[in-house]
Parts: sequence; structure tokens; C-alpha cells
Amino acid sequence: MLRTSVTTALLAGAVTTALATLASAAPLTQAEADAAMAAKKEKCYGVALKGQNDCAAGPGTTCQGTSMKDFQGNAWKFVQGGTCASLELPGGRHGSLMPLDRDI
Amino acid sequence: MPTADILPLPRADFAGPFSAALLFPDAETPALVTGPRGKRAEKRYDVYRNNVTVSLIAALASIFPAVERITGPDFFRAMARFHIRETPPTSPLLFDYGRNFADFIDRYAYAQDMPWLSDVARIERLWLDSYHAADAPVLAAEALAAVPPDDLPALRFQPHPAARLVSSPHPAITIFAMNRGSGPVGRVENQSEHGLIARIDDEVTVRRLHSGVFAFLRALFDGDPLAAAAATALDADAAFDLPGAIGEMISAGAFSHIRTEADHVEHA
Repeated sequence: MLRTSVTTALLAGAVTTALATLASAAPLTQAEADAAMAAKKEKCYGVALKGQNDCAAGPGTTCQGTSMKDFQGNAWKFVQGGTCASLELPGGRHGSLMPLDRDI
Repeated sequence: MPTADILPLPRADFAGPFSAALLFPDAETPALVTGPRGKRAEKRYDVYRNNVTVSLIAALASIFPAVERITGPDFFRAMARFHIRETPPTSPLLFDYGRNFADFIDRYAYAQDMPWLSDVARIERLWLDSYHAADAPVLAAEALAAVPPDDLPALRFQPHPAARLVSSPHPAITIFAMNRGSGPVGRVENQSEHGLIARIDDEVTVRRLHSGVFAFLRALFDGDPLAAAAATALDADAAFDLPGAIGEMISAGAFSHIRTEADHVEHA
């Protein structure tokens, strides 16, 4: 049996306060927040050092850290969104958002 | 290719007996395993055995990196080997493995002086479950803002597919957080801890919760309406901060959507 009873007014006040706090912390619309989150990380091919690639299936699976060469073209790593293609690598290589044929 | 050319895998004839002795070093090499010209193939089979065990130990180390850091690699490998012998994987999906590892650690004689170790393992297993859980949008603050005040007391919250609650009589979350990376490890206060594991986008976050916030979320996860969950939390912790808890659960991505009493009746 609950000792405490919670009124509609208390809940409404709490929700208003919570949302006001959230709004001041993150002044983004939902669409802006989604876009920011989607852009935060992107898969970048051909930039991972040997054995340092990320894996879609995550740790505990067999493809993470399995790339055999530095900058292997078909292995990818998460990088900060928007930075992949601008990553400059030794030998004039660049990162790519699509798998590459080089260094396989 | 005509389908008649595809032969069914003769599992009953070959794969079954071949795999039966893989995890048991004392078992005989299966008679059907032979080298060229019918020679015995004990050493060849042992190579296979070794690969199976080593790969499963490596899988457990990948799923439980904090446990491995705490115990050190030698202790971890030995403990993992015992567990693999006792509980081999039942699924070919290795990211599903290790669900019984924490219970095994509870029983493992050499881990008895680390009573918090199994809870660290439970958090790591839940971390991976959260990572692999279905994608779903997290509840937007706007959705909550749009609920008429009179509907708030009966409002129910649907947990996000990647959200999990954890509770330990030990400081397992702090120990997990300290050992998940390679940073320095400091002093830990010996106290019980509660927490929320949740994922926004591809980022899994494990956060500690005050006991009142934990009671609040536990009630909401169990399907209690908002007013009852708030009352439960205030009973558990007189200092419970309801606005703070609502803000925290939204920014953490604990829930995916809400439904009012009217929705509930409509869909029932």
C-alpha cells in the first residue's frame, strides 16, 4: 500500500519543470536533434589501421578488429560525422563512405 | 544450379560425431577423423579442438572486457575455459554467448573473494544486449509536453528496446565503468548501486541512478502509470526529485513512446 498520493497538479508541475530544464539544456527541435545524432558517427572505409576496424555486429563477434592491412579498403571505422572523406592518409589515400577496392 | 546438386549436410553422419569431442580434451578422437591414407589424426584433431576453445575464450573476452581487466588475462582465460566446457554455445551467433557466465562466476571457487565480479559481468552482458537491441526512436520531450494534464496520472511509458535496468548490492556500476576502458582505477565506495543502460543512436550509456529514480523507472518499466510510479518513488526515497527524474529518463532515452488511458482502452 502506497503512503504517498500524487496529484495531477504535482505531475503537471513536474513535467513542466522537467521539459523547461531539457529545453534550456538542448535548444534543438526533434528534427534537428535527429539530424545531429545521425551525423554524429559515420562509417568510413579505408581508414582503419590493421586490426583496428569496427564491426557492424559489435564486440564479441568475429569481424571487429579483423582487417589484415592498414587502410584496408573494405574495412570501416566509425568516425565523427562529416569528416570521413576529408581524412588524409599516407600515400595520398582518402577515407570513403563506400567500400573501396584498394588495399584488400 | 539445379537444387538436386545441393546435398544436405550429413550432420548425423559426420558433423555430430566430429563436434562431440571438440570441447572435451580427454575424449577419444572420433574414429571418423583420419589423415591421408586412413592414418590416425589425433594431432590434427587437437588443432581443431584448440581453435574452438581459443575462439570461444576470445569471444567471452570481447563481451566481458572489464571482467578480463579486473581478473587479468590468465585468470580470465582459465575461468572462461571452465565455463566453455560446462556451457558451450547453443547458438551460432557468438554475440548471444555468455548469458550464463555471470552465474558461473558466482559459483567459481577462485572468484569468491570478488563478490561483485558477477554483477560486473551482468552489466557487460546487458551492455551488449542493449547494443544489439532493435532500433527505435526515443521518446521526444515534445510528445510528453503534448499530453493534457488530466491524462498525466494514468500515462504509461513503453521502455525503449535497448533500455535495461540494473541493480547490485555492490558498487558494480562504478567498477564496470572504471574497468571498461584502460584509464586509471581509483577507490570505490562499498555500497549498493542502481543504474540504467540505454542506447541513443549507436551509443550505449550506463548511468547510475539515485534509489528513488531507480524505483520510479522500475515501476514505469513494470507498466505502472505515472502517478503510481511517482508515489512508489517518493515512498522509496523522500528526497525523490520528480522533475529531475523525468528529465533524466527522457535525455537518457529510456522510453520509446507513451500511451494515455484512452489509447490503452482503444488498443486493449
